[in-house]
Amino acid sequence: MNVWRLGWLGVLLATLVGCGEASGVHVVLTGSSTMAPLVQAAAQRYELEHLEVRIDVQTGGSSRGIADVAKGLSEVGMTSRALKEQEKAGLTQHVLARDGVAFVVHESNGVEGLTREQAKAIFVGTVTNWREVGGADAPIVVVNRPEGRSELDLVSVFWGVKPSALKADVIGGENQQAVKLVVGNPNAIVYLSMGTAAYEKSAGTPIKLLNLDGVAASVKTLLDGTYPLGRPLVLVTGGKTGAAARDFLDYLLSSEVDGLIEEGSFVVPQR
Amino acid sequence: MFERHYQFVDRAGAVVLRGCGVVSASVVLLIVGFLMWKAWPAATEIGLLHFVGDTGWHPTEGAFSLVAMALATVAVTLGAVLLAAPLGVASAAFTRFYAPRWVAGVYRRGVEVLAGIPSVVFGFWGLVTLVPLIARWGGGAGASLLAAVCVLTLMILPTIALLSETALGAVSGDSQRGAAALGLGKWAMLRRVLLPAALPGLASAVLLAAMRAVGETMAVLMVAGNVVRLPGNPLAPVRVLTANIALEMGYAYGPHRAALFLSGVLLLGLVAGGVLLADLLGRRERQAVRRG
Repeated sequence: MNVWRLGWLGVLLATLVGCGEASGVHVVLTGSSTMAPLVQAAAQRYELEHLEVRIDVQTGGSSRGIADVAKGLSEVGMTSRALKEQEKAGLTQHVLARDGVAFVVHESNGVEGLTREQAKAIFVGTVTNWREVGGADAPIVVVNRPEGRSELDLVSVFWGVKPSALKADVIGGENQQAVKLVVGNPNAIVYLSMGTAAYEKSAGTPIKLLNLDGVAASVKTLLDGTYPLGRPLVLVTGGKTGAAARDFLDYLLSSEVDGLIEEGSFVVPQR
Repeated sequence: MFERHYQFVDRAGAVVLRGCGVVSASVVLLIVGFLMWKAWPAATEIGLLHFVGDTGWHPTEGAFSLVAMALATVAVTLGAVLLAAPLGVASAAFTRFYAPRWVAGVYRRGVEVLAGIPSVVFGFWGLVTLVPLIARWGGGAGASLLAAVCVLTLMILPTIALLSETALGAVSGDSQRGAAALGLGKWAMLRRVLLPAALPGLASAVLLAAMRAVGETMAVLMVAGNVVRLPGNPLAPVRVLTANIALEMGYAYGPHRAALFLSGVLLLGLVAGGVLLADLLGRRERQAVRRG
């Protein structure tokens, strides 16, 4: 957990110091804010063993991660969703870890699970009371995520709707804020990174991860592929990857980062 | 010999100070230039009409209307100013004319502490206390226009209180003594003489506070709910321009990113205009004071 916290701090510092002077080799990774703390924590370990290499981890969203690599602005992109068909040209995907998108409610909520259709009905606004999906008689407070986040992309594709079709009572930005909104309102529902949600729950935050189509949101169901809303955390490379970037990439894809992946409540992929 | 030495120091000092002046001025210009440069694609690739004509804000689907968010900024600011201005001016009048000296001292320190609290603390308090309270009383999510107005009111109140006190203090002693000699009571003196005389200063205080409200990001982001919609129902959520930038900049690229920079330019223009106006009012006040 300490390393995890450090990772966050590192991301913040890296964003602040972003363009400090560089000595030796410089590797830049950009993209998903879900992946950045994990990659940053790994980068700190890596730098201890490779003092001549400096690794910059910058956030900016999955789409930026892909676009930066395609344009040659960074050597490695981070994206918390699989690449879309039109994005694939000339890029290679390497799965760093697996994560899912979990539907999360307050611990005191009587509902244990939703089907894909029920969840969709809640988020497009046709179901507005928890009673209609087997809960108590209380209005549903829908927490959506901002435009550009990959979770929003993922659930829209999952339901086959445009992001603009989703109705919200509140928009929660970062994963942490999404969690706080649910903690503060027993009638709220949000979707977010399963890793973050599971981590918060294990830290004692009063939230509940809902079953989706009868499948529990857990590491096990993510690994065996039965959880319907899984997503890969992907590292993307393009045409030109330098030797240093290549070596760091190999490090990230090796079993040496397994511990960090598990600390983040993500799932180590089968290699 | 000493003379020449001092001349040299003077000249060198002038160069250094002028240099510092140029640097600070050019920082402002650089920021404006950078914003313009980053926002330029929004004008050329998207077209400025889209920012007023589109339906809704769905940048990934090509809808870029800023209207709802600009109006939300105005509504939140207006609400906070309407609440904080009377309170702030009353508090200034209290410390200056009604409170015993030691009470005024303690009270003033309190207001100064309030002014020093970081906005994220206000936001956090709003999120864990105010928002659940509004949710319980008003229903819905609680994160709303009302919550944003309440948090902003608290944040700009000390600005108004402290600046108003200065403005009241700047009214010349002559008018005050004159009013007292006419046998006016405290309240009549305040209402008929001091408040009218201090009006430009009070207005400039309120305006500066309003600009702080316009630019405030963190606290509003945490309590306003951030759903893009026209402000109306105080219990419904809104998204202000600053919150939009903070919320989406992390995941925006291409035209979406340029659109966020454009809203930054819009905010900068709004705040710069307000500050200039406040400055103008302040100048009128100082002239009025000099004329006595």
